[in-house]
Amino acid sequence: MPQKLKDVDVVVVGVGMVGSIIAKELAAAGYKVVGLERGQPRFTVPDFQGPSVHDELRFDIRKALMQDNAREAVTFRNQSSQTALPIRRWESFLPGTGLGGSHVHWNGQTYRFQENDFVLATKTRERYGADFLDADLTIQDWGVSYAELEPHYDRFEYLLGTSGKAGNLQGKIQPGGDPFESVRSRDYPTPPMKEHFQGAMFRKAATELGYHPYPQPSSNLSQPYTNPEGVKLNACVFCGFCERYACEHYAKAVPQTIILPVLLKNPNFELRTGCQVQRINLDSSKKKATGVTYIDAAGREFEQPAALVITSSFALNNVRMLLLSGIGKPYDPATGKGVVGRNYAYQTMSSVASFFDDDVIVNPFMASGASGTLINDFAGDNFDHTKLGFIGGAFVGAVNTNGRPIQYHPVPPGTATWGKDWKQAVAKHYNHTVMFSIHGSSMSQRQNYLDLDPTYKDAWGQPLLRMTFDFPRNDLAMAQYVTGKAVEIGKAMGAKQVAGNPRKGPYTTTQYQTTHNTGGTVMGTDPATSVVNKSLQSWDVPNVFIVGASNFPQNPSWNPTNTIGALTYWAVDQLKNKYLKNPGQLVSA
Amino acid sequence: MDKLSRRSFVKSVGAATLAPAALGLPALAAAAEQAVHKASTPAASSVAAEKPLYLFFNAEEVVFIEAACERLIPADATGPGALEAWVPNYLDKQLGAAWGSGERLYRSGPWQAGTPSQGYQLPFTPGELFHTALRAINADLKLQGTPFGEMTADAQDAYLKSLEKGGKDLDGVPAAVFFDMLLKMTVEGYFSDPVYGGNKDMAAWKMIGFPGAYANYYEAIDKHGVKFERAPMSLAQNGHGHVHVDPNIPASL
Ligand SMILES: Cc1cc2nc3c(=O)[nH]c(=O)nc-3n(C[C@H](O)[C@H](O)[C@H](O)COP(=O)(O)OP(=O)(O)OC[C@H]3O[C@@H](n4cnc5c(N)ncnc54)[C@H](O)[C@@H]3O)c2cc1C
Repeated sequence: MPQKLKDVDVVVVGVGMVGSIIAKELAAAGYKVVGLERGQPRFTVPDFQGPSVHDELRFDIRKALMQDNAREAVTFRNQSSQTALPIRRWESFLPGTGLGGSHVHWNGQTYRFQENDFVLATKTRERYGADFLDADLTIQDWGVSYAELEPHYDRFEYLLGTSGKAGNLQGKIQPGGDPFESVRSRDYPTPPMKEHFQGAMFRKAATELGYHPYPQPSSNLSQPYTNPEGVKLNACVFCGFCERYACEHYAKAVPQTIILPVLLKNPNFELRTGCQVQRINLDSSKKKATGVTYIDAAGREFEQPAALVITSSFALNNVRMLLLSGIGKPYDPATGKGVVGRNYAYQTMSSVASFFDDDVIVNPFMASGASGTLINDFAGDNFDHTKLGFIGGAFVGAVNTNGRPIQYHPVPPGTATWGKDWKQAVAKHYNHTVMFSIHGSSMSQRQNYLDLDPTYKDAWGQPLLRMTFDFPRNDLAMAQYVTGKAVEIGKAMGAKQVAGNPRKGPYTTTQYQTTHNTGGTVMGTDPATSVVNKSLQSWDVPNVFIVGASNFPQNPSWNPTNTIGALTYWAVDQLKNKYLKNPGQLVSA
Repeated sequence: MDKLSRRSFVKSVGAATLAPAALGLPALAAAAEQAVHKASTPAASSVAAEKPLYLFFNAEEVVFIEAACERLIPADATGPGALEAWVPNYLDKQLGAAWGSGERLYRSGPWQAGTPSQGYQLPFTPGELFHTALRAINADLKLQGTPFGEMTADAQDAYLKSLEKGGKDLDGVPAAVFFDMLLKMTVEGYFSDPVYGGNKDMAAWKMIGFPGAYANYYEAIDKHGVKFERAPMSLAQNGHGHVHVDPNIPASL
C-alpha cells in the first residue's frame, strides 16, 4: 500500500526548466507547492566544476547527464507495420534527468517563433491554396497568437539574460538584427556575444549574396547580468564544452543560474528528488485529478494528494504521463481519431561542410553552445514556396559550438573511414573547416505518433513510450532545397570544397539531430484535435495543466525552448489570473 | 588569408594576453601547470618501453586488438598510431568496467533483429560482445593458418575489411557490428582525455591542435584566423581545482 501524504495545493511533475518556473510563481503567490523530480539534486557548485566538467568521453559519448535508458527507454519504429524496438542507447535525441532537467545541458540557442508559425494552417491555405499541402500532413493553428505570447517571450528572455540584437523593435527594422523577426517590445537584455571566425566568414558571404545575417541569440551571456529575480550570471568564456555539459561559470542560463536559488528559498515550496512519478490519479468520475503516485529512490511508494497537477516533465514524458494516467483519448492513426500522442514532430537537420586550405585557421574549440551567425531568409514562410512543392524552411548558420575531437573531426566525403588516409584527412581538416547548421522545420503527419509500447517496460514495470516516426516527404524536399542554398554560401566564402548533406530518410535513432521532440499533447481550440485548450489545461481533466514542447502542433524552423518559456509564463498567467481564482474548465469546448 | 593568420597566436597578440593569469587562472596554478608540462614532455622516451597492464583482454585477444588498432589508426609522420597512443589500454579499461558491463544500455528482451534505424539490438554487453567476437575471430584465423599478429599489414587490412563488410557471423555477433564498435571505441580512445588510458601524452590532441580541457578563449575568440598555440591540458593536469563561486548564489541545498 502506498503511503498517503498530506494534501498540498499544487504538485509539479518534473523540476526542469518549465517546472522550476511554474513552481516559483505559484509558491510566490502563496500556494503550497511540491516539486517531484526523478533525478538527483545538483548545483553549479559543487557539482558542475572543473576540471571534471570538461570531459568529452563522459558527457558527450557516454551521456552522463541523460535519462538512464537502462531504466527508462523509448521504443521506436519508422512505420506502424514494423515492430517497435527499444532505443537501447540514446543517440538521436537526449532527454535529460535531474534537477534543472535537459535545460542544464542545452546549447542556449534562444529563438522566438514568428507570428506566422502560430497560424500556420490558416496562412498556408491563404497564401498557397487549399490543395497545396500533402494530404497526410496534419498541421494546425496553435490557438494562441504571437501577440498574446510576446510579453511572455519578453519575460522569459529577461529571466535568461539572452544576448542578441533586435531585428524588429516595435515595428521598426533594426540594422544588424533579423529583419524577418516578428515585432518585439524591447531589445534583448544583453548585447550579442563576440563573433567567432566562422560566423564572420559566413556574415561576409551571406551579405554579398543579398541575405540578412545576424548574431545567434544566445543564453550563454555576453556580459554579467542580474535578472529580474535578482539572480546573477557571468559572461561566457567560450570554453567549447556547452551542449551536453553543465556550465561551471554561471554563464549559461539554466534553472540553477536563473531561478532555483529563489524557488528553493521559498518555504511554500518543497523539492523532493529521486521521485519517479508513476501516474496522475483520477477520482471515479475520471474528470478530476486527486494527486499523483510516485516511487522514491529507495523504492517506497507514496501518494501525494493535490488540488492541481502540473505536468512539466519534458515533451515525451508529458505524453507518456497522460497515457499512463488515462487522461485524454489516445490517438489512433488508423481512424485519425483520438488526441494524446497525435502530431508528434521533430526537427529536420541538414548540414554543409566547407573545407579550406591550411591558411584559414578557425580554432573550432573556441565556441559557446550558441555562438555564431545565421540567416532566416530560408526559414519559415520568409520565402515564396509557390513553385517549391513544400512548406516550412530552415535557418542556415555558421553556428559552430565546439571542436571536441571524438565527435568533431570533419573529413571530405569519399575519405576512407579508417587507416592512414582517414587519419591524415582528420589532421588536415580539423582546424580548417566551417560547418553550417541547417535547422529545419518538422511538419506533423497522420502516420507519426506516440503511444504506449505493448511489450517493453521500464524499471518500475510500466510500459515504455512507443514512437512511430519518419520524415514527411514535405520536410525532405525542404531539406534538399535549403541545403542547396547553403552550399552556395559555402562557395561564396571561398572554400576549396563544399559538401552539402541534406537530411535523407528514413529517420534513424542512431545519429544525433536535436532534442527538439514536439507534439503529442497539442494545444488548440478544438478538443477533437487537441489535448489542452489555449490555457494549456487538459480538456478532459481541468485540474491538470500540461506544459512543454508537447504543446506544439508542429515544429517550426528554430529551437523550441524560448517558445516553451513563453508558453510557461503564459500558463502561469492563465493559472494565477484565471484558474486559481475560480477553478474549473477555462474554455468551453 | 593575410600573413597575420600564419603567425602564431603568441607572436601576434603578445605573450601578455596569453598569460594564464589574464585568462582567469590563478598565477600559482599556472606555475604548477608549467611544472607538470616540463615533467611530462621530454621524459616520455623512458616510458616508451612501458606496456599496458591488461585486465580485460586475455593474451590471445591482446594480439588481435593491438594489431587491429594499429591498422585502424596507423603511425606515420602526421602523428601517433593508435598503438603508440595506448588505445588498446583504453579499450581494456572501458570494457572491463561499467561501460563494458552494459552501463546505460537498455537490456530487457524480447530480442529481435531490427532495422538499421532501430540501432543496436543484441543482448551482448560490450564486454561480452568483444570476448565473443574475438574468440570467433581467433578460431577463424587458426583455421586459416596465420595468426593476425603475424600477417602483413595488407593482409591485416584485408581481414579487417572483410569484417567491416559484414556477412560473417562471429558466434552470434555480426562481424559488421563488432567492427563498428571496435572502430568507434578506437577513435574514442585516440581522442579522449588521457585519464581514460589512451591518447598517451595527449599526442592525438597535439596532432590536430586541440587544447583539451583548457577552457577559456574569451580573449582569443575574436582574434580571427590566428593559430592558438598552447600545449594541451589533460583533466589530470588541471589539478588546481579552481572553483567559480558567486557569493550571491547559494551553492547547494
Ligand atoms: C544537448 C541538448 C541541447 C539543447 N539545446 C537547445 C538549444 O540550444 N535551444 C533550445 O531551444 N533548446 C535546446 N534543447 C532543448 C531544451 O533542453 C528543452 O527544450 C528544455 O529543457 C525543455 O524544458 P522542460 O522543462 O520541458 O524539460 P526538462 O528541462 O527536461 O525538464 C523535465 C524534468 O522532468 C523530470 N521528469 C521526467 N519524467 C519524470 C517523472 N516521471 N517523475 C518525476 N520527474 C520526471 C526530468 O528528470 C526533468 O528534470 C537542448 C536539449 C539538449 C538535450
